[in-house]
Amino acid sequence: MTVKTLNAARPKLVLAAARYREVGLAFFILILIAAVSLRSPNFLTAANFQNIFLNISILIIVALAQTMVMITKGIDLSVGSMIGLVAMMVSFMIKIYPNFPIPVAVALGMGLGAVLGVFNGLIIAYGKVPPIIATLGTLSVYRGLVFLYSEGTWINAFEMSRTFKLLSKAAPLGLPNLVIFAIVAAVLVFFFLNHTRTGRDIYAVGSNPDAAQYAGIRKQRIIFTVYVLSGIACGLGGVLWASRFESAQTNTALGFELQTVAASIVGGVSTSGGVGTVPGVLLGALLLGIIQNSLTLVRISPFWQLAAQGLLILIAVVTDHLIQRGMQRRSG
Amino acid sequence: MTDTPSPAQKTQRPTLINEFAPRRSFLARFQRWEWMLVALIIAVIFLNSRLSPFFLNGRNISRTSSDFMEMGMMMLPMVFIIISGNIDLSVASNLGMCASFMGWLFNQGVNIWVAALAALLLGMLGGLMNGLLIARLKIPSLVVTLGTFAFFRGVAYVLLGDQAARGYPAAFKYIGQGMLPGTLVPFSVALFALLALIFGLVLHKTTFGRYLFAIGSNQNSSIYSGVPVERIKIIIFTLSGLMAALAGLILAARFGSTRPDIGTGLELSVITAAVLGGVDINGGIGTMPGAVLSLTLIGLMRFGMGLLNIQGQVQGIAIGMLLILSILLPNIIRQTSGTKALLKRQVFWRVLAVAGIFALFFYFFFWSRAPVLAGG
Repeated sequence: MTVKTLNAARPKLVLAAARYREVGLAFFILILIAAVSLRSPNFLTAANFQNIFLNISILIIVALAQTMVMITKGIDLSVGSMIGLVAMMVSFMIKIYPNFPIPVAVALGMGLGAVLGVFNGLIIAYGKVPPIIATLGTLSVYRGLVFLYSEGTWINAFEMSRTFKLLSKAAPLGLPNLVIFAIVAAVLVFFFLNHTRTGRDIYAVGSNPDAAQYAGIRKQRIIFTVYVLSGIACGLGGVLWASRFESAQTNTALGFELQTVAASIVGGVSTSGGVGTVPGVLLGALLLGIIQNSLTLVRISPFWQLAAQGLLILIAVVTDHLIQRGMQRRSG
Repeated sequence: MTDTPSPAQKTQRPTLINEFAPRRSFLARFQRWEWMLVALIIAVIFLNSRLSPFFLNGRNISRTSSDFMEMGMMMLPMVFIIISGNIDLSVASNLGMCASFMGWLFNQGVNIWVAALAALLLGMLGGLMNGLLIARLKIPSLVVTLGTFAFFRGVAYVLLGDQAARGYPAAFKYIGQGMLPGTLVPFSVALFALLALIFGLVLHKTTFGRYLFAIGSNQNSSIYSGVPVERIKIIIFTLSGLMAALAGLILAARFGSTRPDIGTGLELSVITAAVLGGVDINGGIGTMPGAVLSLTLIGLMRFGMGLLNIQGQVQGIAIGMLLILSILLPNIIRQTSGTKALLKRQVFWRVLAVAGIFALFFYFFFWSRAPVLAGG
């Protein structure tokens, strides 16, 4: 019942724009693929695409959580620090106990991430601290904890068990586990956002917090939930990060928060809340991944990568804005 | 950030003036946030001078103070921007781009002062780009400056790559390292003081300043009242670009070299300083003296912790917690007036549960690191 009403209540215009946007983004990605494969024969191969997917899997997992946060009009700037802290703590366990069971390591990582998320959620939802300030604060707090915890030491590949390193790379199901994790996360989040009551409440709180509250939605609880989910996603991301890069350093995932926000924004998530879809974010992350990969293949200096990424974000938001304004004119 | 903050949000500001606070409570006596900052500064000075004999040393303080001037330079326009309800995440990247541009020109054999002037122009251009996208196209400033955050830093890498520019002439290094003749006051600190005075006067004594508060409080009514909102936004973002470039020059002069990663991450420190100074992230509230006091507080805290050999990143824990608490504590005091809420059973158990979770976390935190660190 709630689900249907909410769907009907969302303006058709926004819905259409969102749909248009995903198609447009997919189209843009196809053009890019065509252009790059003309320049480089190595681009359009299964191996290369597997490589791209490996590179964006962790980004997808965390960007999906970032999207849920952004739908509630929030932002989580502490994701990079949470990933760094969890990666370091789990790697310490792996080093102390070489036979540490892998599923327990994954659960431990998600649990630690959840605690960090609970802290964010408490001060934002119940302490009423604006999200950008709260997570700006915990960004430096959690990063500081990484240094306090490790006293600057690194955990290197030789200190990690083989099974742990294989966690992200083994491919018992045909695809590397890392990609499987991302796919499962995407499916879960898609189902959660579209087919559960809490998921729909997230959109409601983001679209109009006051109206949501009058409709009987526990606003604070929803906001708390998204930050905890973000923490859990970062916990998983941290374990996978340590396993994939076979190391935990004090600067692990430094600056990652802006990549996740970029993937969400390119994927059509609005910073003013209420708008954002899982397919959009997947395409956003894919676009970032393809650009990164193709610049290397077309032998453009890696120093151009960041500039290209920034330009892409700007182009995406400007075109998106122009399209929406054009549509508003036509319909209004 | 948000264009039209709701009235409910407006009440959650980091000041301690509120009619709900228990009367005659200790905190309520501080009528303004600025006095709270002054008290904190005095406490920090007192504590630090007891902890380290090197703290109250003119030469040390003078040398340390110049370390925070780049932050300060960028904080001044950031106060304008946040008061107007916007944010600029790109300042540190703009700093990097301009410093790298100057270094690149210098490496090509251009005179350093010409290169510096060109860098200032580039900074203004970068800021103008932000301003145009935000004001004319009406894209949220968070989104635009997130894009330029990556773009400007990218340009810095394109310009210098893995190279560094060094060998600046001594006359140029003076703006970052030199002292005013015959005193212990660094040139950059004097410049900052002058600029802070100008920015403060503009904010609090001119129509332009009043417009900033008006835009931040209610953008739509400002538009209808004839405030030139678009023009003002373009001006403040261009100003922010110019000041970021100036900060870049000073930082490059202080280091005596430029690498493309110069100043990475400073944007967050700049925003922290402004918000800790009582500038409301939702716009419409804030003072320049508050911001300058908070910069002083952060500087003294970092200096003191540095003397105690605490790593820079670990110092971030204290600064981050201070930022959160400066907003959280007034909110909690307001919410739990009379502490009746805390005594409710349900709430009590929840608080206990949360405390338990954090206790477990920190138990694990300290337990798990011991064996690795002991083993070297």
